[in-house]
Amino acid sequence: MKQFTYTITDPLGIHARPAGILAKTAKTFADTTVMIAKEGKSVKATQLMKLMGLGVKEGDVITVTAEGPSEDAAIEAMEDTIKENL
Amino acid sequence: MIMMQGKGVSKGVIKGPLYFFCRQDAAVKQWHVEDLQAEKERLVQAQEKTIAQLETLAEKCREEAGDEAAVLFETHAMFVEDEDYVESIYSCMEEEQCNAEYAVQEAGEQFAAMFAAMDDAYMQARAADIRDVSKRILNNLMGIVEGGIDSDVPVILAADDLAPSETIQLDKSKILGFVTQGGSSNSHTAILARTMGIPAICGLGEELKEEYAGRIACVDGEVGCVYIDPDELTLAQFNEKYAKQQEMKELLLTMRGQEDITLDGKKVNVYCNIGSPEDVSAVLANDGQGIGLFRSEFLYLAASDYPTEEEQFQAYKTVAAAMNGKRVIIRTLDIGADKQVGYFNMNKEENPALGVRAIRICLNRPEVFKPQLRALYRASAYGKVAIMFPMITSVWEVKECKRACQKVMAELEKEGIPFNKDTEIGIMLETPASIFVAEELAREVDFFSVGTNDLTQYTLACDRQANDLGKFYDPHHPAVLRALKMAADAAHNAGIWIGICGELGADLSMLPTFLAMGMDELSVSPNAVLPLRAAIRSSIAKTCTLDALEC
Repeated sequence: MKQFTYTITDPLGIHARPAGILAKTAKTFADTTVMIAKEGKSVKATQLMKLMGLGVKEGDVITVTAEGPSEDAAIEAMEDTIKENL
Repeated sequence: MIMMQGKGVSKGVIKGPLYFFCRQDAAVKQWHVEDLQAEKERLVQAQEKTIAQLETLAEKCREEAGDEAAVLFETHAMFVEDEDYVESIYSCMEEEQCNAEYAVQEAGEQFAAMFAAMDDAYMQARAADIRDVSKRILNNLMGIVEGGIDSDVPVILAADDLAPSETIQLDKSKILGFVTQGGSSNSHTAILARTMGIPAICGLGEELKEEYAGRIACVDGEVGCVYIDPDELTLAQFNEKYAKQQEMKELLLTMRGQEDITLDGKKVNVYCNIGSPEDVSAVLANDGQGIGLFRSEFLYLAASDYPTEEEQFQAYKTVAAAMNGKRVIIRTLDIGADKQVGYFNMNKEENPALGVRAIRICLNRPEVFKPQLRALYRASAYGKVAIMFPMITSVWEVKECKRACQKVMAELEKEGIPFNKDTEIGIMLETPASIFVAEELAREVDFFSVGTNDLTQYTLACDRQANDLGKFYDPHHPAVLRALKMAADAAHNAGIWIGICGELGADLSMLPTFLAMGMDELSVSPNAVLPLRAAIRSSIAKTCTLDALEC
């Protein structure tokens, strides 16, 4: 399993647009489970509405994990996407 | 005449017939289904159709309202396929042995309720998105085609509230404005109306009755008023406002994206004065090339105690980031005189304009000054921030301010907090004293900005708050203009730039004088940017004279 943590700098947090982009990215790795967790609550990155439901705000620390055959590529893609959008 | 008061969420005035948006709101019924597999098949087809429609909408939207709005529909398309959403539709169908319509409606409500319950205005507003997506799937399941506007002439569209897909589907050439019973300034109708530049008023409530359909209404998006069957006086006022608006619009169309440059090639930076982060949208809408004066007082005036470093940092950062690399000049605390704040516990002064105000408070109270400087430097990592000190009279004050900056930078460095060490430092020239020592001040800073309101007050010994001074308070007084000229010469001799951030900057009659002085920047309220740009672009700097400086 691969993982990283990230502190959100986007003022709106994980709102609809970035959530859509994250879900899209995670979906490209069908054989790997990508999870996003905040304060112990964890959802699949592909679960768009649950992801928005986490209510991630600016300053929140999220932990992203990837587990499966493409975990290296998945974690890298997630990290790039998150850094770029959040 | 009937007058209704709502909340103006998109500016502008318009007149036209009211048209009520018809939504084929067939009630969703629940019925028993034997063949669940076939029902699921029907759902999948409706989903596919919905996604295709949303993608078409996104394209249409991209052309009409830009990328930001288009992404919304792309996100909606993802909602349609969202694992949890679909799973919750399926489980409802299985548990209840029911039709897809009922399940879609139930699942939609369930998720909408989840967003509505969140402690966040943005997320709460997203409940509408979920309902919109569900409605769209339902329409496809039930074979309902959303109608356009059944009218030959353009109309003012009235509705309870409009979903984003409803607004974007409408034939824009037929819409003059929006009036809605519900909604807020965060609702999509408002956002889209602003993007499209047409007036919108929301929150009219029950006052907005369907029986008004077809009657002529005047809509004023600025004040949030709707007049149905306006009387003569109202109509005359409306026509005047409308004519002004059209004139502005023409300017807007031709001046957006143009350079602020005279016919003979002298470039002037046209910046904006703002009082809070919310004003940035007006700056961008009017194509301001930067922010020449961001008054930091709003943070102090709106609070009941000293704003924290973090609060300030967030506000400054928001503006710096939103301006995307364009210069953002933030003025440090300028209270005292006419702006009093209770928790500062200032001594009562006989003559506050000549008392402990602005930089004098900051230099007296390092515990107030330091958090602001730290917030400013921290924000400098997120855009082109410049710091400006108000009410300077002496060189030692500037040196002391700079020492405070050095100290803050050293601290941040030590703490490993990012900041821009080349952040520009400037001062406001508002006092006659600063004009007389401008040569020396210019060697200490990166720029000057003249606050003409205070400079006029102090030069002419005229209280700017007193309203019976009339002709004695004259910003065009040769003494004030000569002071500007001295400041400009001092700045240019020292190789730094100078601007004006007072009211006078937007005074088009003074533009030739400013051009003759070689003013490098004029900072005005956002709605004054385009008229000023038009005036600059039709001026010839070389032929401008300093005649106005003569008595």
